[in-house]
Amino acid sequence: MDYNLMREFADSWGLVAMALFFVGAIAFALRPGSRKLADEAARIPLEDE
Amino acid sequence: MKFGTQIFALALFTFAALVAAGFGVDEPFRQHMWVLFFVLLGFVAVLIRNTSFEAAAPIDASAYMDGPVRYGAIATMFWGIVGMLVGVVIALQLAYPDLNIQPWFNFGRLRPLHTSGVVFAFGGNALLCTSLYVVQRTCRARLFGGDLAWFVFWGYQLFIVMAATGYLLGITESREYAEPEWYVDIWLTIVWVAYLVLFLGTILKRKESHIYVANWFYLSFIVTIAMLHVVNNLSMPASFLGSKSYSAFSGVQDALTQWWYGHNAVGFFLTAGFLGMMYYFVPKQANRPVYSYRLSIIHFWAIIFLYIWAGPHHLHYTALPDWAQTLGMVFSIMLWMPSWGGMINGLMTLSGAWDKLRTDPIIRMMVMAIAFYGMSTFEGPMMSIKTVNSLSHYTDWTIGHVHSGALGWVGMISFGAIYYMVPKLWNRERLYSLRLVTWHFWLATLGIVVYAAVMWVSGIMQGLMWREYDEQGFLVYSFAETVAAMHPYYVMRAIGGAMYLSGALIMAWNITMTILGYQRAEEPMPGSAPSLQPAE
Repeated sequence: MDYNLMREFADSWGLVAMALFFVGAIAFALRPGSRKLADEAARIPLEDE
Repeated sequence: MKFGTQIFALALFTFAALVAAGFGVDEPFRQHMWVLFFVLLGFVAVLIRNTSFEAAAPIDASAYMDGPVRYGAIATMFWGIVGMLVGVVIALQLAYPDLNIQPWFNFGRLRPLHTSGVVFAFGGNALLCTSLYVVQRTCRARLFGGDLAWFVFWGYQLFIVMAATGYLLGITESREYAEPEWYVDIWLTIVWVAYLVLFLGTILKRKESHIYVANWFYLSFIVTIAMLHVVNNLSMPASFLGSKSYSAFSGVQDALTQWWYGHNAVGFFLTAGFLGMMYYFVPKQANRPVYSYRLSIIHFWAIIFLYIWAGPHHLHYTALPDWAQTLGMVFSIMLWMPSWGGMINGLMTLSGAWDKLRTDPIIRMMVMAIAFYGMSTFEGPMMSIKTVNSLSHYTDWTIGHVHSGALGWVGMISFGAIYYMVPKLWNRERLYSLRLVTWHFWLATLGIVVYAAVMWVSGIMQGLMWREYDEQGFLVYSFAETVAAMHPYYVMRAIGGAMYLSGALIMAWNITMTILGYQRAEEPMPGSAPSLQPAE
C-alpha cells in the first residue's frame, strides 16, 4: 500500500464514510422522540447528592 | 502489608535510576537520572513511613473515591501558580533580557516550562481531578480498579516533575508542547493508558443507563491525546542510556505531524476536556439542566469530526502542499459552527437564572470562561484564513490569541470548577470567602483584557513592520527595530500576566482557608439573600 493508494482511499470512500457517519449521528440525535430522552439525560448531574 | 508491592517495585525503579545515573552516556541524562533517583527515593520513604501490618479497613464500595480528586484539586492550584509565575518571569525576560540567567533559567528553557506547566501540569491536573469527580457522580459508581486512580495521579505528577526538570537541564525534543524526551514520553504513555482504563472501567460499571455528555467529552480527550502523543513522539533514541532521540519523520512530514499533534492538543486537551467540565459544572452551579442536550451531542460530534483536520493552518506558506494548507483552513473555518453552538448552549443554560450573575461570582467566572471560549474560537478560525495569517503568523497576535483561550477559557472554567468542588470535597458548608472570588474574577478578567489587547497592538504592529517596503522594494525595518518597538507592549503584557497571577494567588489563599475549615466573616453578596418583605 503506497501513499497514492491511501490518499485516493482517504478522499473518496474514507470521506464518504465519515460524512455519512456524521450526518447519521446528527440525524440520530434529532430523531423523533429523542427530546424526552434528552431532557431526562440532561437532568443526570442534578439528581445526584 | 500495606503498600508492600508498591514499596518493592518503587525501590527497584529507584535502583534502576541510580544505575542509569551512573552509566548514562551524556551529562544531562545523568543529572536527570539523579533527579529521578531522589524523587523516587522520596516516594519510597513516604510509603515506608505510612505502611502498616494491620489488616486494611474494608472499603465501602458504594462510596465515591474522592481522595485522588482532593489531591488533584490541590495539585491543580499548586502547578497553576508555578506555571503562571514562570509565565510572568519569561514575559519580563522578553522585556528585560538581562533577566536571562544562564544556563538553567534562560528564556529557551523556561518557555517550555511555562507552556507545559500551565497546559499539562495546571490544565492536566484540572482535567484529571474533575474527570474523576464527574465520572463517578454521573455514572453513580465508584472509580474502577482500586488504587489505579492513585497510580494515575502520582504517575502524572512524576511525569510533570521529570518534564520540568528536563527542560531546565536543557533536555528537549524541540517539538512544541511535546518537548520531553523519549523516556519521559514512554512513562506518560503508561500513565495515560492507566488513566484510560480507569475512566473507561468506571463508565462500564455505571449504574446510570445513559452516559452523560460530559463523559463523552472527557473520554474523547483521553483517547485522542493517547493517539496524538504516541504518533507525535515516534522516535529512535540514540542510546537507551542517553537523553537524545531522533524523530521517525523528517522534513515536511515531521512538521505536519507536529502540528497535527499541536493543534489537536489545543482541540482535545484544551477544548474537549474543558467542555466536559463546562457541561457538568455550569449546570451544577446554576442548578439548571444544560440548555439543549441534543445540541450538546451535535457539538460533540462536530468537534470530533472537524478539529482533527485543522492542524495544517499552522503551516501556511510553508513547504506543506497547498491543498493541505487549504484543507486546514477550510476545516478551521467550519469549526465556527460547533464552537458557537457550544458557547450558546453553555450561556443559555443560565436563561431564567441570569440574576445569578449578580449574586454568584463563581457563575460569573464560568460565564466569562464561556464568553472567552466563544471569542477565542472566533479569532482562531479567522487567523487561519491565509490572507489574515500572512499578517498574523509568527507575530505576538498568535500569543495573544492563545492566551485569550488559555487564560480566559481554560483558566476561568477550571477556577470555577475548583471553587465549586472544594467545599464539597472537604465537606465545608461554603467557601472561605465569596468576596475574594469576586476579587479573583476582576483581577483575572482585567489581566486577560490587558494581555490580549496589548498583544493585538504589538502583533499587528510587528506584522506590518515586517512587511513594509519602500518605493525601491527594500524592507523598511530591520528585525531589531521591530523588537525595540515592542518593548512597551512587552512591559504591559507582563503587568497583565501579573494581574492574572495575583488573582490565582488570592484563589490559593481562599482554597487553603476553605480546606482548613475557616469561614471569613463577611457581608453576603448583595442580592443573594432576598430581604424579607412583610405580607400584605
